[in-house]
Amino acid sequence: MKSPAKRSPRKTNGRSPQKEDPDSWNLRLYVAGQTPRSLSAFKNLKNICEEYLKGKYHIEVIDLMENPTLARGDQILAIPTLVRKLPQPIRKIIGDLSNTERVLVGLDIQPR
Amino acid sequence: MPRQNQPNRSKPLEGLKKVSTGISGFDEITGGGLPQGRPSLICGSAGAGKTLFAMEFLVRGATQYNEPGVFMSFEESDEELTQNVASLGFDLKQLVAEKKLLLDHVFIERSEIEETGDYDLEGLFLRLGHAIDAIGAKRVVLDTLEALFSGLPNEAILRAELRRLFRWLKDRGMTAVITCERGDGTLTRYGLEEYVADCVILLDNRVQNQISTRRMRIVKYRGTSHGTNEYPFFINETGFSVLPITSIGLSHKAPTEVVSSGIPRLDNMLMGKGFYRGSSILVSGTAGTGKSTLAAHFILAACSRGERSFYFAFEESQDQILRNMHSVGVDLERFVKKGLLKFYNARPSAWGLEVHLAMIHKVVSEYDPSVIVVDPITNFLAVGDDIETKSMLTRLIDFFKTKQVTAMFTSLTSPGSNLEDSEVGVSSLMDVWLLVKNIEANGERNRGLYILKARGMAHSNQVREFLMTPRGIELVDAYIGSEGVMMGSARASQIARETADKIAREQARQRKERELRRKHELYEAQLVALKGQYETERDAILKELEEEQKREEVIADQRLEIARLRQADNGEVQLVKNGAQSARKGTVR
Repeated sequence: MKSPAKRSPRKTNGRSPQKEDPDSWNLRLYVAGQTPRSLSAFKNLKNICEEYLKGKYHIEVIDLMENPTLARGDQILAIPTLVRKLPQPIRKIIGDLSNTERVLVGLDIQPR
Repeated sequence: MPRQNQPNRSKPLEGLKKVSTGISGFDEITGGGLPQGRPSLICGSAGAGKTLFAMEFLVRGATQYNEPGVFMSFEESDEELTQNVASLGFDLKQLVAEKKLLLDHVFIERSEIEETGDYDLEGLFLRLGHAIDAIGAKRVVLDTLEALFSGLPNEAILRAELRRLFRWLKDRGMTAVITCERGDGTLTRYGLEEYVADCVILLDNRVQNQISTRRMRIVKYRGTSHGTNEYPFFINETGFSVLPITSIGLSHKAPTEVVSSGIPRLDNMLMGKGFYRGSSILVSGTAGTGKSTLAAHFILAACSRGERSFYFAFEESQDQILRNMHSVGVDLERFVKKGLLKFYNARPSAWGLEVHLAMIHKVVSEYDPSVIVVDPITNFLAVGDDIETKSMLTRLIDFFKTKQVTAMFTSLTSPGSNLEDSEVGVSSLMDVWLLVKNIEANGERNRGLYILKARGMAHSNQVREFLMTPRGIELVDAYIGSEGVMMGSARASQIARETADKIAREQARQRKERELRRKHELYEAQLVALKGQYETERDAILKELEEEQKREEVIADQRLEIARLRQADNGEVQLVKNGAQSARKGTVR
């Protein structure tokens, strides 16, 4: 069921991960298995980050199929869910992230 | 997603399997509990007790039936839940530590969530699945799903996912309880009963006459018969209690053993023994006729036999009853100290009828007394209307009968109404009916006691006068004479009058006897006197006769002398001498 191309947790970043940077974006994407929806969510997220947060983002993908206990920590119900851990405050975006405009609003990249 | 297709309906003849909830009374009305391996819906408005029902279902399952459970809360946090149910004696921390229970607080903050595109609730499934696997849960609670609707904006997705969730729970064989807010005119606000349709239970908290009563109704229970009535329930320090009191049939046993009423004369009126054990006794009468005192005697007799009794007082406090009964020589206090007598004091208006019934039900089941007094039943009319009160008392009487408890109920008849009207209309349910009555005559009130009925017993048809003395109740025969029934001072004066008459008659008799005796003595005395007189007279006469004889002899002698002197011939003298002798012989008989 799992494709070898995608393991989790997986780190993807533009250049070098710099967590201490106040301007760094720490994003966590929760998925459950390699569903088409999960794959498309990851693809959409990657595209948005590359376009708007190039060089200052960090994506962590968590597969709840493998680590179901992690669902509790971030109160994950919907799959896929993108959690903006940094910068504060925490924000959650649910869905396959296909609506780029809503994602930007949700992440506070674009003002509402 | 691991799916276990459990063949739930593979053996239709076996019928639906049920899981005991452990909630007292609930398993009885559902014929075994909730449907095994299926989700059940508990709906009700705010404060109806949904969360508590769900929690007790889990706790009882974990502690009594060895079925661990997962409580997924969408509203309260783990700490809040733990605190809330601690008052019911449920130690959630301990159960969690023993891995018998798992609390999972699902928190959704609408403002934190942005929706972008398609999604599902696989996260929830995974969480739940993980929780179930972690403790090997058999029971699941979702409390309250409405929170999801307010947290997640896309209702279409949510509905589809919930449908899948219920299916998933079913496939995993989880006996689930899902709580839902009651909607306006519908069972649930979001129509969840459409998805969870195997078992729907409605909890209700209704206020009537400013008194609230919790009620439960099984709206739907697929594949099984169930009670359709509204069942009252209450929540107290030991949890949830549903009262299936309506379901008791007429199948109680009828013992032939007899228990004393505590008043010897009253026992005499009832075949000389008393009441049948397990019978219901109604004592009705107007105010101040001694109903409670009769009841206290009944209790005293039971306690003296060493049986446990329960006094349900709806009018007076325990101390008041003890003090008052002391004044008529009924010492109940020592039995309270011994633990043979318990009191249950409450104002009828403290709760609804059903709660009273429930409370009585509960304490009687716990204490298991053999004798019960309910004093008075008429006060319940203040809480419910006639029909409700009658229905409640019917169930109460039935309950006592099945428990083989001998119960005495007092009923206050309001002045002016028909005395043979038991006010709450339960007389037909009673086995024995004693009527105490104030009989007013000659400017005074006296108490009279009748036995209106005593099923299965020959009983006296006489009115007894009923006296309260410092040594307790005494029954006295009422005076029945040519002037009718007399009681109190009339009876006393009648008795006094009779006594006086009797004494007078006795005295007259004695007088006559004395007179006769005197007459006899007189007669005897006269007889003696008469005899004395006769003898005296006889003696006197004899003496006279003797003297006369002597005189005759002297005369004869003198005549002889004269004759001799005259020289008369001897023949003549001899003749005279013989004549005098023969005369003397005639007088001496």
